[in-house]
Formats: sequence, C-alpha cells, structure tokens
Amino acid sequence: MQAVDVIEGKVSVLDRADVDTDQIIPKQFLKRVERTGFGEFLFYDWIRDGEIELEANPILVTGRNFGCGSSREHAPWALQDFGFQAIVAPSFADIFYVNCTKIGLLPVIVDEETCRGVADAGAARIDLDDQTVDHAGGVVRFEIDEEVRHRLLHGLDDIGITLQRADAIDVFEASGRADSGPITTALG
Amino acid sequence: MAKTMFDKIWDAHEVAAGLIYVDVHLVHEVTSPQAFDGLRLEGRRVRRPDRTVATADHNVPTDGTPAARLIADGLSRKQVEALERNCEEFGIPIYSLGSERQGIVHVIGPELGLTQPGLTIVCGDSHTATHGAFGAVSMGIGTSEVEHVLATQCLVSKRPKTMRINYSGQLGTGVTAKDMILATIGRLGTGGMVGQAVEYAGETVRGLSMENRMTICNMTIEGGGRAGMIAPDETTFDWVEGRPGAPADFEAAVERWRALPSDEGANFDAEVEVDAASLSPMVTWGTTPGMVVEVTDSVPDPARLDSPVDREAAERALAYMALEPGTPMQRIALDRVFIGSCTNSRVQDLREAASVVDGRKVADSVRAMVVPGSAQVKAQAEEEGLDEVFRAAGFDWRSAGCSMCLGMNPDILQPGERCASTSNRNFEGRQGKGGRTHLVSPRMAAAAAIEGSFVDIRDWT
Repeated sequence: MQAVDVIEGKVSVLDRADVDTDQIIPKQFLKRVERTGFGEFLFYDWIRDGEIELEANPILVTGRNFGCGSSREHAPWALQDFGFQAIVAPSFADIFYVNCTKIGLLPVIVDEETCRGVADAGAARIDLDDQTVDHAGGVVRFEIDEEVRHRLLHGLDDIGITLQRADAIDVFEASGRADSGPITTALG
Repeated sequence: MAKTMFDKIWDAHEVAAGLIYVDVHLVHEVTSPQAFDGLRLEGRRVRRPDRTVATADHNVPTDGTPAARLIADGLSRKQVEALERNCEEFGIPIYSLGSERQGIVHVIGPELGLTQPGLTIVCGDSHTATHGAFGAVSMGIGTSEVEHVLATQCLVSKRPKTMRINYSGQLGTGVTAKDMILATIGRLGTGGMVGQAVEYAGETVRGLSMENRMTICNMTIEGGGRAGMIAPDETTFDWVEGRPGAPADFEAAVERWRALPSDEGANFDAEVEVDAASLSPMVTWGTTPGMVVEVTDSVPDPARLDSPVDREAAERALAYMALEPGTPMQRIALDRVFIGSCTNSRVQDLREAASVVDGRKVADSVRAMVVPGSAQVKAQAEEEGLDEVFRAAGFDWRSAGCSMCLGMNPDILQPGERCASTSNRNFEGRQGKGGRTHLVSPRMAAAAAIEGSFVDIRDWT
C-alpha cells in the first residue's frame, strides 16, 4: 500500500446522500478477477446517462452515509483507480470506510457544513499527519483511529503486521479458546 | 459486571487488542479471487482451511447448469472456475455448482450447521449478519480483509458500539419478520445503525422461527449495522442439532450456549423500542430500504420532508421509480415478482409464499420466479410439493443462487420493469439497469404476483 501523507488539489463534488456501492461500481464489473482497472467503470450508469459529471481530481467531497450497501472492495478500487486519493463526507458506511483504509484511499469525516465549504472552495489540502482539512473557508480537524492513521502514514501491510504477532495467534489456538468452531473439512 | 452477548463473544475471541479470532470464514467467488492472488504474490498460506468453506452463488445461472465449466457467460465461468482452483490449491472445502450442498453462502452456513451460537463468522459479503440470528458475531468484510483472514484467521477490528432493539407484542396476521425489519430501518434510517452491533430482542423475536430471525439479522446492513444478532434459545438449539457441523458433544455445547444471552442489566450504547403489534405489511417506494411505507399508505410527498437532503433524495428516488406522490401503494402495477435471496429463500419462506399462491394463477401481466436459496432447500421444497404449487400458478421454479437479488447472472430486470422482490436492496439498477424494485415479504410478493399489483395480504387471510 502506498503511504498517505498530504493530499492536495482540486475537489470533485458529488452532492448526494446515501450513495451505495452498486452505483459506485455496478455489479457487471465485479466479475473481473483482477484488482486493477476498475476506474473506467466508476459510477458507470450515472456518468453514461449524463446524470453526473466527475473530474478525476485528488479529492472527492460527497454526502452522508457514502458507500452504503454491498461490501465490494471494488468500489474503493474504482474510486482510487479513477484518480481520487481522499474522500470527504459527513459519514461513511462502516465496511466501505474500512475497505478504503486498507488500500490507502483516505476517508475523511467532517461535518456537513465543512463538506459544503470544501465543495465551494473547489480545492483543499488534507494533511493526515496533522489530521486537518485546509480550504478557503478555514482549517478543520478530522478524527481518525490512531492505528489506522499510523498504518496509512507508513503504507504498512496489515497482514504483515498481524503475522508479526503470529505467536499470539498460536497461543490463542493452543489455549483451546478456538476449539469451539466446526471443522469444515470434516463434514462428511 | 453484566455483559452484553456481543461483548461476551467478542472478549472470548480477542487474541490481542483489536485482533479477533475468526471461527468460521465463508468464501464465495466474487470477493475472493484478488485475496487468493494476494496470498500467492506474498507466498502466504491459508492458516485454517479447516475453518473455511466456499460456495458459488453470486454469479451462477439458476437454470440448472450443472457445472462451472458449463456456465454460458465467459466472465462468470472464469470467476467460478477460479474459485474452484483456489480452493483446491489452498485445501479449502468447496460446494460449487452441481454440489448438493451448493447455495447462497448465508443459506448453506446455517443449513450445514456451521453457523452456531457463540462463534465469530466473517464473509466477504455485507449480508453476513444473517448468521447472527444464532447468537454469533458475524460481520461482512472486504477483499483485503478476506485475504487477512485467510492468512491469519484473525480480523483487525475495533469493538463496535452496541444497540438493542426490543420488539414487544404479537405480530398481526400476515405481518412477518420482513415487515419488522423494514419498518425498523424505515424508522432509524439507512445510517441509523452505523457503527453498531445490533441485538434484536423482546418477546416478538423470541416467538420467531430461525428462518424469520435470519431475515431480520440479514438486513442489519441496510440500516448500516456492523453485526446483527439474536440470543440463542431452544429454537436455535433445535435447528443446529443433527446437522453435519453440529458439535459432537451437543449437550455440552448447549450448556455453553445457554450462558451467551446478554446479562440482566447489561448496558447498551443505545436502546430502541418497537411495538410489533402495531406493524403492518411494508412496501418500499424508493431506492433505499429506508424508503418504506405500510401497504395501506400512498407514495409519500417529498415536499413534506423537512431536511433538504432527504427531500432531494426522495425526489430523485421517485423520478427513478416513476412514481407520483399520493399514489396508493396498492395501485402500483407490477411486471415481475422475485421470491428468493439470502433474505427470504429458505424453505419456510417458500412454504409461506406457496400457501398464498396455492390454487391461484399469476396475473397475465406478471412474470414471476421462485429461486430456492440452496440445492438442499430446493430438494426439500420439491419433496413437499411446493414446486408443483408454484409451477401450477405460473411461477418459474429455478435452481439455487443469488439470482435477481443482484443481477450478476442472467436473472435481471429489463429497463423500466417494476418488480416486487423478497430481497434486501432496492438501489437503482440493483436488479438490472433501469429496473424498479419494491421490497416486500414472501407472502406479499406472492399475493402481488397473483393480483398484478400490491395487495394488503391481511385482506387475503
């Protein structure tokens, strides 16, 4: 994962609430077995039907509950592949938010007023280290989990980090605490 | 200190702070290929193939195609075949197309007895909360997390907040679990459960079958919830007993499971009360599951909404759905009816729908289909003669898969077609580009197929 530090530049605006992942990347594109190349299918129907126009800027600002619905990581893949590096919204759906943080697409939660301010300003500077969004309307702080922030700032691989703690998993399994689960290979 | 059921299970699975051990990992063809590629790229193995199981469901045609290599659509075939190869390479048991255990991942887990109280269960699918109906902590995850669980058998996750929704009173005739959850999401909104592990409780829930409990937990994600769960009881134990994955020492397991329910006085971050006795059959009118009204209501008028954001969303939804404010829901004519999906495709759902259509005919203007949730559900339904009831009424009787819930397979709506669906999402284009979806219960869908428009099922019983 590419490290995330400062994201600066023009802002694209998608002024809608509850944008679901079915819109971000429609199902017909989920049949690909690769992780790349989803950008051209971003908001496929909305863009082709002329409902929205979207420039490939570093920052996307949008409405509440962005990324609701399906857990498809193809949605953040498509947004990132299209060119977005950060998404600013009043709130995100849980799974989508986590998916973004796993691939280095920075989700930024600020209040609705700040979102409007960033949209109006047309450009912003997001500093993950400082946890600030700097735009024509002022500098606003945003919250992000400390471990997630650390991982993003250093571009760390989640699996690599956990595997460093493999001893703890061994101990957990050896303690018998993992024994209550069914054995899928022994169903007969 | 008094603990919630969620916290009991979470604490018992904490390997380290923020690192949760996964008991069962369910895998399907759409969200896994990139995860397996990631493992190969790094030379990593699957830590616990014996705690992992796979099936093909999202992509599969429901026309009875007996094997992956025979899937007509090239991309779908490639994806299902990739799953089969990946499972073989990493030693994961798989029930692919043609297996008598194949089916929708959230139907086969409980069916095989893999879904049990007290477990942690994950799957690269947002409807994983379904398994919480057994008193398990079950969460939908993305592909990076699928890879992480394959490699480590653990999930990196912060402890969510907890919410309890208490349902009181007896459901009216014709009112179902689907109506309970639709009405709840309508009230709390599609973001009302975000960040929460939701426990559904109360006397109404206690009286529900496992199938109905699964319907409720299944739709937790439509309210934005991280996990949905229901305390295990005799109904739960009866379901699990005798299934292939059931614990060898069942009595001992039941003793453990009896300690799972939330303690008296346990503290939830939020509590919600719902008077279940006052609920009616529900129908969605818009493009989120929260845009829902009682079947006796009319299409709402966006002008009456206070929030500009809600008003704009409602206006756009009505334009997409081609509906006028004030139109009685029962005057909305339908083109298609879909009975199926991980929300409502279990044998009890099919029995309920069949009881409505028995001896009646599907309206000439409607094309209706029933898609059993698994090969086993299909076999059971056929043993009971339900397929004959549906076929005689004019329904298309299909094979197991996700089918028209998400239209990743040949079962899709045509642009402009309007569908009464027992699935979980009415998003724009969800069932096919330009398709218009109304979410309802199996009984309501069955009655709508007969009438050609929505009916108040209470008038039929």
